[in-house]
Amino acid sequence: MNDSKVVPVAAPAASRNQPSYEIADLRAALGLGPGQPFNLGALLSNRLCEQGHGGRLALIWENHAGLRQNFTFDDLRRYSDVWAAKLAELGIAAGDRVCLFLDRVPDLYFAFLGILKLGAVAQPLFSQFMADALELRLADAETRAVITTARHVQKVRSARPRLPALAWVILTDVKPETAPTLGPGETAMNAETAPARAFEPFAASEDTPSLLHYTSGTTGKPKGAQHVHGAVLSQFATTRHVLDLRPDDIYWCTADPGWVTGTSYGIIGPWAVGATQAVFEAGFSAQRWYEFIARHRVTVFYTAPTAIRMLMKAPPPGAELLASLRHMCSVGEPLNPAAVVWAERSLGRPFHDTYWQTETGAIMIANVPGLPIKPGSMGKPVPGIAATILDARTFQPITTPGAAGLIAFRPPWPSMFRGYFKAEKTYQSKFVGEYYLTGDRGSVDPDGYYWFVGRDDDVINTAGHLVGPFEVESALLRHPAVAESAAVSKPDPTYGEVVKSFIVLRPGHAGTDELKLDIMNFVRKHLSPVAMPHAIDFVDKLPKTRSGKILRRMLRAQEWGEPVGDLSSLDD
Amino acid sequence: MADDQQLARTILDYIAREYADALQGTPLDADTPLISAGLIDSLSMVSLKVFLEQTYRLRIPDAEASAEAFDSVTAIVQLLRRLGVN
Repeated sequence: MNDSKVVPVAAPAASRNQPSYEIADLRAALGLGPGQPFNLGALLSNRLCEQGHGGRLALIWENHAGLRQNFTFDDLRRYSDVWAAKLAELGIAAGDRVCLFLDRVPDLYFAFLGILKLGAVAQPLFSQFMADALELRLADAETRAVITTARHVQKVRSARPRLPALAWVILTDVKPETAPTLGPGETAMNAETAPARAFEPFAASEDTPSLLHYTSGTTGKPKGAQHVHGAVLSQFATTRHVLDLRPDDIYWCTADPGWVTGTSYGIIGPWAVGATQAVFEAGFSAQRWYEFIARHRVTVFYTAPTAIRMLMKAPPPGAELLASLRHMCSVGEPLNPAAVVWAERSLGRPFHDTYWQTETGAIMIANVPGLPIKPGSMGKPVPGIAATILDARTFQPITTPGAAGLIAFRPPWPSMFRGYFKAEKTYQSKFVGEYYLTGDRGSVDPDGYYWFVGRDDDVINTAGHLVGPFEVESALLRHPAVAESAAVSKPDPTYGEVVKSFIVLRPGHAGTDELKLDIMNFVRKHLSPVAMPHAIDFVDKLPKTRSGKILRRMLRAQEWGEPVGDLSSLDD
Repeated sequence: MADDQQLARTILDYIAREYADALQGTPLDADTPLISAGLIDSLSMVSLKVFLEQTYRLRIPDAEASAEAFDSVTAIVQLLRRLGVN
């Protein structure tokens, strides 16, 4: 929907003046002089300790079984030092990729900071990835070490024979009685039980690589978006402005650090501000989420539209459960107007939608506090960000309000990604002239609000996670019944979009309902639940161009009830 | 008519077999929280829903397919009973 006439939902007045986005001001607010080098891991942990605030609560952690632990910034400093020292002892060096493949346990956060202190590159991966998806990303990154737990180590072990660069697998939950089960090249480490060791942080610059986040495109394998220590300047600025986070806040970001929101705003932004983060290592349950907010007096909440739509299915909470909340934001996929209106009625305040990508590293367009919300709009560009809508054919800015085109940004900004790992040509293909192309289509209304229209490519955004059709189709080819397939997005009331596969079967296989379920489970077990097709159609053949390329856009248009466009290249 | 225990056993066996990679040896009984404990991703719930629809020849409406309704085998059995499975 792009309706600039909708009645704005009442938004809270700006809680304070807009904070500065000037680089010098941001550096000063973080205690950095002009040009002064810094290490991101130390900035997020040691800095507050050096300022005398080491006793401040940094992390409230709770798991689904009710186990709770609190950690101060001094704990972050100490435990991340231990991790950095351990990795150095194992021969991991600056620039090496170290994968974090574990659920949201405390050691994930300590190890993340330790990797940065060492000058190595953190490669967080969603722990629900299955062996094939994991192997592909570890092989591409030539990962040197994987930090994981007993629950996920089998997936690493199954891929390891084909990962020659992988020197160490480090388990964080090995008990003395299970230690003998460790194999060659495996070791145990738990920062809370290891002896304290001081570590001198690697002398990083703003351009030193920090993170490698894998994201999906239309063609080829997932690509590793490379980020740098200096990205914290964008993340800090938007955390304190868009998320309105202050040092005395209790903040809950529901994103897993395997995805970029879980690092930019689930680790870096809030600890740069000096706020307390609450982490709930559990799955979804509306009642338990509301109780978590109440128990820890969460003041700022950042979640995803799919989670909001799942909350909408549950009974609304009692007002007392949400009494502490003062600000709520959303990210990952378009936030439908009904969700904004529902939140204001049922939760007492609206969700403020934000728009950004793995590649941009930080929020680019947002409904900042104080800006009246037009339900369904992603808001306006944040200060310092040059956003525009480009004509899809000429790549010139569109000036007509409401006209749809390509959402683009003009670099630089501190958190802009610096490349795709070993994929320079793909990186260059994301730019036209002075603009970075997001791959999304949108429009701007007369008031300057941005509206999401859809993807400009075949990537599927399901529950806020990007799925590349090529990865799904490649996995399907390994199923004995599948001759060829095409994966496209299909609208879904809960997940926004889901994967739908059109499949041509091999001779001798019948397209039964049982086979559909078997294929769904096959993708889930080989790639991830995110990539699993939610719908499957068996077809005699796939629409192709005369050169043999599958016309996914035709199948996608059918699913969305949109015009299929020019079919002159369609074969037969 | 299958009793609740028979229904629960069929579903438990299916989950133990098909979601073994996700469960990684976690002991499972009819009251084990599946989604709220993070053992099964809420997206994985969809293939479980398809299994139930195929096995019991019914359609589970979207409004009924909540994370809470699928959070344990006991809750799933209650859902099936509500939808008329006997």
